[in-house]
Amino acid sequence: MLAVDPVTLPFAKLTLANGLDVVVHEDHHVPIVAVNVWYHVGSKNERPGLTGFAHLFEHLMFEGSEHHDSGYFPPLQRAGALLNGSTNTDRTNYWEVVPTSALDLALWMESDRMGYLLPALTEQRFQTQRDVVLNERRQNYENRPYGLAVMAITAALYPPDHPYHWLTIGAADDIRAMRLADVQNFFRTYYHPANASLALAGDIDTERAFDLVESYFGELPGGRRPDPVQASAALAREGRLVLEDRVELPRVYMAWHSPAMFREGDAEMDLVADLLANGKTSRLYRTLVYEQRVAVDVSAYQNSRELAGFFLLVATAAPGRPLSDIAALMDLELRQVAESGPSEDEMERGRAQTEAHFMYRLQTVGGFGGKSDQLNAYNVLRGDPGFFAADLARYRDATRESVRDAARRVLGVDRRAVLSVIPRGQHALALPDSEPVSVS
Amino acid sequence: MRADRSRLPEVGPDPAFTFPRIVRHTLANGLDVRTVEHHTVPVVSCVLQIEGGTGADPRAQEGLAAITADMVDEGTGALSAIEVSEGFARIGAEYDIDVGADATVFSVTMLSRFATRGASLLADIVVRPSLRESDFDRVRQLRLDRLRQLKDVPAAVAERAFLRLMYGAHPYGHLAIGTDAALRALRLDQIAAFHAATFRPERATLILAGPLSHDELLALADATFSAWTGHAPHAPHPDAAETEPGTPAARLAVVARAGAAQSELRIGHLAARRSTPDYSALLVMNAVLGGQFVSRINLRLREEKGYTYGARTGFDWRRGLAPFSLQASVHTAATADAIRDSLAEFAAIRGARPPSETEMMLAKASLTRGYPRHFETAPHVARSIAQLALYDLPDSYFEEFIPRITAVETADVVRVAERYVDPARAVTLIVGDHQAIADSLPALGLGEALLLPADV
Repeated sequence: MLAVDPVTLPFAKLTLANGLDVVVHEDHHVPIVAVNVWYHVGSKNERPGLTGFAHLFEHLMFEGSEHHDSGYFPPLQRAGALLNGSTNTDRTNYWEVVPTSALDLALWMESDRMGYLLPALTEQRFQTQRDVVLNERRQNYENRPYGLAVMAITAALYPPDHPYHWLTIGAADDIRAMRLADVQNFFRTYYHPANASLALAGDIDTERAFDLVESYFGELPGGRRPDPVQASAALAREGRLVLEDRVELPRVYMAWHSPAMFREGDAEMDLVADLLANGKTSRLYRTLVYEQRVAVDVSAYQNSRELAGFFLLVATAAPGRPLSDIAALMDLELRQVAESGPSEDEMERGRAQTEAHFMYRLQTVGGFGGKSDQLNAYNVLRGDPGFFAADLARYRDATRESVRDAARRVLGVDRRAVLSVIPRGQHALALPDSEPVSVS
Repeated sequence: MRADRSRLPEVGPDPAFTFPRIVRHTLANGLDVRTVEHHTVPVVSCVLQIEGGTGADPRAQEGLAAITADMVDEGTGALSAIEVSEGFARIGAEYDIDVGADATVFSVTMLSRFATRGASLLADIVVRPSLRESDFDRVRQLRLDRLRQLKDVPAAVAERAFLRLMYGAHPYGHLAIGTDAALRALRLDQIAAFHAATFRPERATLILAGPLSHDELLALADATFSAWTGHAPHAPHPDAAETEPGTPAARLAVVARAGAAQSELRIGHLAARRSTPDYSALLVMNAVLGGQFVSRINLRLREEKGYTYGARTGFDWRRGLAPFSLQASVHTAATADAIRDSLAEFAAIRGARPPSETEMMLAKASLTRGYPRHFETAPHVARSIAQLALYDLPDSYFEEFIPRITAVETADVVRVAERYVDPARAVTLIVGDHQAIADSLPALGLGEALLLPADV
């Protein structure tokens, strides 16, 4: 019989004089090192009329910097690296996974674009990437079935000046209206060591890692850490909306305000999402898809974010089945969870899945969700790269009662946004009393 | 000390890496078992690969292999579909099915301490699925509904139409999910017959990777899969790999999607089998032409022109003849220009603009220097070994990969491009706003556009 292994993510941290946090984790199984940089800036730092900025900026970080004034990819791919970046509401991240032999190169490149981006940022590069981003938006939102639904949901949950009102991709008109000068200001405000966190994970000795980082990043001037963004939002009633789309089957989205990331009830709402709609064993899959066959799919998600969370429940109608049947069954189950919470059996299953998934998260050093990315997430959003164990404990400590209470607080049927997405021209398929919205 | 920013740091010599050692065993029932010790985190990957994928679908039964795979976890013995799912969920295991052109792959990833439970449950469902009529009816209906939804997904519409264009009535010429008519006509007894003929130990490979010794992994295989025997006489499948495809009906085809914001493009043709001796040269050629971010096509269409969020080329390898194709979703207004630029790049690499020294170096180095990272996790390793089994490759394959790529020369790349990438033979498919682009198409010189429905 195998012993139960501890689930841990050990690390060492130091902060350079310029404010850059550096976190190192050793894992010598494969001769690779993951380099991961988080800038604590996302679309929440944008303003109405200037949306899409943080993400467009991410593209520009791959176009060259002062001392390497051409594409970011070629030298790294030539060294065998895998690399990418992403932007969300709260942060922007950049990563490379390189052979151990190319760590210097990756640190040189990351430090050059952290410190010396603007001299290489030309109007031409800016305009091309603006077109690329408009195409990204077309591909992932406009030309995709149900692709605009979450835009309608966030617009309904948050007032127009709330930083989560718009999606990270931004409004197409805002993207078209951007000017190079705005981009330069954005860089100066948010892209500097004091607003960044660098994690290295993999085949590297901790002391050597700190020395290397000091030699590449130590020279960069620190900046002023931006003030935290403050905002709040609440729903006073149920709002019903309908959106027409190029789809075959109607779909209903229900969304609620929920706890922010790591706040009380956040882990519980994750567990609620699982027990409601994750996999065939979940309550709503069983009822809607397996037994009654009124829906073809159902999913739920606790969208934990820095300022606030939202809980999303989604189901697609089976052909010919009205959304009202689905919504009625969902409401029944929502009331049930708020009243009685999960069974002990469901809690046990949830705990087993959580334990296993925390272990699976320790398999890779780099990329989205790898160990380096997790260390940065904990460091930037909790101020503690060692939060891994405490994070797991949040789920271990959840009880039937705490899950029930969180569901009761969050999932009120009288204060939520309910969106019907229906095939074009078929308004009768929406839930009754839904108000048309248009997003683009 | 300040960094020297006058030039990029040198990359050191490639670090030494020991590729996983594979041990092979054959169980008494004929099951090919391959084990790998992978000592990192306490996670075991169990991958069962069965010969027979979409290419084994008989004519008019397109979708049979995929729905059979889907029916496997719908119950076994006294367990219902929900209870099977519960069985995996209780140990936090991840269960996954992948139906490819030549094989069906089941995989379970689980904590080491649950390895026996997870592998046993996998064996139970794969070997003795209940195949109940009521489950079949529900699963089929969900697949029909999914097919209906896919008509609105441009990439899926393009994939479906492109396979049909390239392969015609060939067994590879359809998506795994099949067609509406074939799914409606399917009966449960056909699934039972397909399962009996296909899901047999002598047609399967079981790969176990995890922090256990070879002996322990073999014992695990033996304890969970040794009771598996074939029940029915082995009926031969149509052998997709041996069937010759016909010639495409047109060089240009359009699936109309009125008002679409972008055109979804596929450009390519059937090219080579996975067993081709030119495989290494083709990988390098593809890396130069369109396989990576820094490849010619993405640099041209995205980084220079801004037509798209990204453009890629690649081979969709199979045992039989596999397609080489470009995929991109481009702004509607840029459709014809993007096609022209892509075909020009197809032509250029054949000789007019052979790969430069720099391009060769970049392509080869990116393939070889990054290679060890594919062996980081137990599931990665197990899936790589499944590929060796599928294509009859030797256990020494991983070690030989880097030297083989390194040996590819510019002349090889030009030669394989001439032989396998032909703009004159390429089929161009557009899923997009036909009205908006119609006037720009004749100038491409690809002939009359064949109009296809979304569910061809």
